[in-house]
Amino acid sequence: MIDRRRFLALSGLASGLLLTPRLALAAAHTDRRLVFIILRGAMDGLATVMPIGDPAYAALRGNFGPPPNAGTPIALGGEFALHPALAETGELYARGEALFVHAIASPYRERSHFDAQNVLETGGTAAYALKDGWLNRLLPLLPATGEPAVALSPTVPMALRGSAPSTSYAPSQLPQADEDLLGRVAAMYAGDPQLHALWSQALDARLLAGTEAQGRANPEALGKLAATFLAKPDGARVAVIELLGWDTHAGQAGRLNAQLKQLDGTIAALRTGLGSDWSKTVVVAATEFGRTAAPNGTGGTDHGTGGVALVAGGAVKGGRVVTDWPGLAPAQLYEGRDLKPTADLRALFAGLAAEHFRIDPQRVARTVFGSDPIRPLTGLVRV
Amino acid sequence: MTTLETAIAHNRFGLGALASDPILSDPRADLIRQFDRFDPSPAPIAALSGSGAMARQFREYIEDVRAAKATDTGGVTMAVPPAMAAMAPSSPAKSAEQDIRRDIRRQYQDNYGGQARARIASALTTLAPFPERLVHFWANHFAVSADKLETIGLAGTMEFEAIRPHVGGRFVDMLLAVERHPAMLLYLDQAQSIGPNSLIAEAIKRRPNARRQRGLNENLGREIMELHTLGVGSGYTQDDVQQLAQALSGWSIGGFVRGPIGLEAPDGAFVFQPGWHEPGGRVLLGKRYEQTGAAQARAMLADLAVHPATARHLAAKLARHFVADVPPPALVDRLAAAHVASGGDLKAVYRVLVHAPEAWVVATPKFKTPWEWTISSLRAIGATTAPDMKAVGALAQLGQPIWKPGSPAGWDDIAASWAAPDALLRRVETAGRLAALVGDRIDARVLAPKLLPGVLTAATAQAISRADRPQQGLALLLSSPEFMRR
Repeated sequence: MIDRRRFLALSGLASGLLLTPRLALAAAHTDRRLVFIILRGAMDGLATVMPIGDPAYAALRGNFGPPPNAGTPIALGGEFALHPALAETGELYARGEALFVHAIASPYRERSHFDAQNVLETGGTAAYALKDGWLNRLLPLLPATGEPAVALSPTVPMALRGSAPSTSYAPSQLPQADEDLLGRVAAMYAGDPQLHALWSQALDARLLAGTEAQGRANPEALGKLAATFLAKPDGARVAVIELLGWDTHAGQAGRLNAQLKQLDGTIAALRTGLGSDWSKTVVVAATEFGRTAAPNGTGGTDHGTGGVALVAGGAVKGGRVVTDWPGLAPAQLYEGRDLKPTADLRALFAGLAAEHFRIDPQRVARTVFGSDPIRPLTGLVRV
Repeated sequence: MTTLETAIAHNRFGLGALASDPILSDPRADLIRQFDRFDPSPAPIAALSGSGAMARQFREYIEDVRAAKATDTGGVTMAVPPAMAAMAPSSPAKSAEQDIRRDIRRQYQDNYGGQARARIASALTTLAPFPERLVHFWANHFAVSADKLETIGLAGTMEFEAIRPHVGGRFVDMLLAVERHPAMLLYLDQAQSIGPNSLIAEAIKRRPNARRQRGLNENLGREIMELHTLGVGSGYTQDDVQQLAQALSGWSIGGFVRGPIGLEAPDGAFVFQPGWHEPGGRVLLGKRYEQTGAAQARAMLADLAVHPATARHLAAKLARHFVADVPPPALVDRLAAAHVASGGDLKAVYRVLVHAPEAWVVATPKFKTPWEWTISSLRAIGATTAPDMKAVGALAQLGQPIWKPGSPAGWDDIAASWAAPDALLRRVETAGRLAALVGDRIDARVLAPKLLPGVLTAATAQAISRADRPQQGLALLLSSPEFMRR
């Protein structure tokens, strides 16, 4: 059993995470950059940042780690180890420019990709309760920026949709279906055995194809592209990147390895592309939910609850795993199967945005995340 | 009952209901009456150039290729039949030929696009969707795939010129019109088939420097029996194929052959070349044919058209198209009997089909092909034209490019060929794009019961009513299980 207090001390959570420092009002202009990477399909947090210090972990996942040829997991200070595919991110971590928030989730507690992504992006408490994205609601609070917030995708994702100006830019011409429509079609086909089976296969294949459709080198190219939008003196200050293909129900070891390499490459491309502006950048990567604590029968994991969020950037007070670790023993699991969430993604987003852009965290919480009281996670950004 | 039967009449027999379609008091009678108002040459099609113009373009192309070759070989030209010249491996004047080839391909693609849009426009505006659907059925039965250079611009004209006029007539007339059409004669290599003992073959043999072996091509003869009439495995032999191919030798098209080796005729027009015909009487399926010239194969086709095996073959295909992937044997028997008894009167066969109880069972719908789904979707939103290439391109994306089944067997007519995960996803994506074009101008909650009277399920109606905006409701309607089937 892991000593929870030790975890808190280790993570720095006790030493100031919950403090809310007073901040100056927003400056007239900002040179700070925020990048939101949406990991669609539910990234397995337990395989990405492995809680090796939890004795229950070995029992659950002892024989279910990264593929043997992927390299050695990167130590993150004893209790956790990073998947070896995130090598560049691991270096950022060592330099204090990356951190992980573990056992985190949105308020959503069901297991539908579509509904969960809607909650992740709208920043609401239930699917389809809000009609615009949390990043869009953040935009009016920011100091004046040059170009509007940009999504590197064919259409503006929900996270950035709303009344504030935003734009999207897709390097490929591939049409992408409206995720909300796909989710509703799934529900409509539920009672039709033939179409339900075909549709499930289609969506699985689509998530699988996420890797291929974007191309091996493409996410990195997206990172580079995002950097060009952000690096311009009067350019965009907020960008969204979508990475598909995280729904690893089968053959997870190899697929997740490839997915994480892409994520790692995307972050590395952002850092390289931003050059000296990297020091003024925060990148946050989050997914709609975690995956089951135990592997399933097909070498994969199924839809779960708590997962991990990745925060990187020169402006990040990194080098730590931030968590109020709930434990992986059977009784500690959420509904007996998933990592129990102890942190709220909205609190992370609110804290990062507030400190990074020097806005009052309470104001961000109130204005962007509405009436449901959240306590912004602060102390993660160099101010 | 009539609401449900109206839905079946519009969606299974027709091309998909329009918002304005009324509930029919006698759907069966209405389906048969549609032949009275069917227009074989509606405005969008009448406005196009026909097969003559397409064949002329192809002839000019061949002449340009020959000229390019002649420049290269010092002016020596060879009189060779058209498709052979087109397919002959080119000598060094390659780039000139490639330019010509690219130009004709572009020209043909323009023609193809215009024809495909006319087909769509006709399907959207017709007053007789049941005969219109049958046109598509027969065009697929007599498939000419528009992916050979010589057929890109011609495939559509065969449907317009050989199928449409005969869709409610006698099968033998459609058969003869199709087999004499330049699209078919070129597609199945009949245009240059030469009897081994024909006058021209004898003349060629006497030439000391005859470079090419020329002779009989049995492609068309085989496909007529295998695909167009008797059906595979119905008992004909390789010898029968030979006999029919020999009888067909000399069936060619005008515009390619001049001077001493053949008769001249207008571009694309059917022409019988007596000098190419294999002389003599012959035996097909045990029957002797002593006719000479073009009359011989014509007599064979007339017999094939009403052969009991043909009747069964067509009956099974019709029953599969309108009733079930595995056609009910009793219905096939009745349809085949109507074909034989009427001497191949298609309307007599359709009448049996329309009055078949098996065709009016709502519980066993057919899964729509991409063409059927696209046309019914466009009709649902009240579109009357396909203004640009998008609809044509969408069909290629959905897996069924117009007139391009890739083989003379045509497209499959069973769900297993079309109900596939990615295909379904593409349909839903297309539904989303179509709905985006419509925006909020259509309320799918109102439209759905009009298109699917008696068929719309509560679950689908609820999904539509819960849509977050009208556009999404329409996309859901076009994606619904009821709309994916007919």
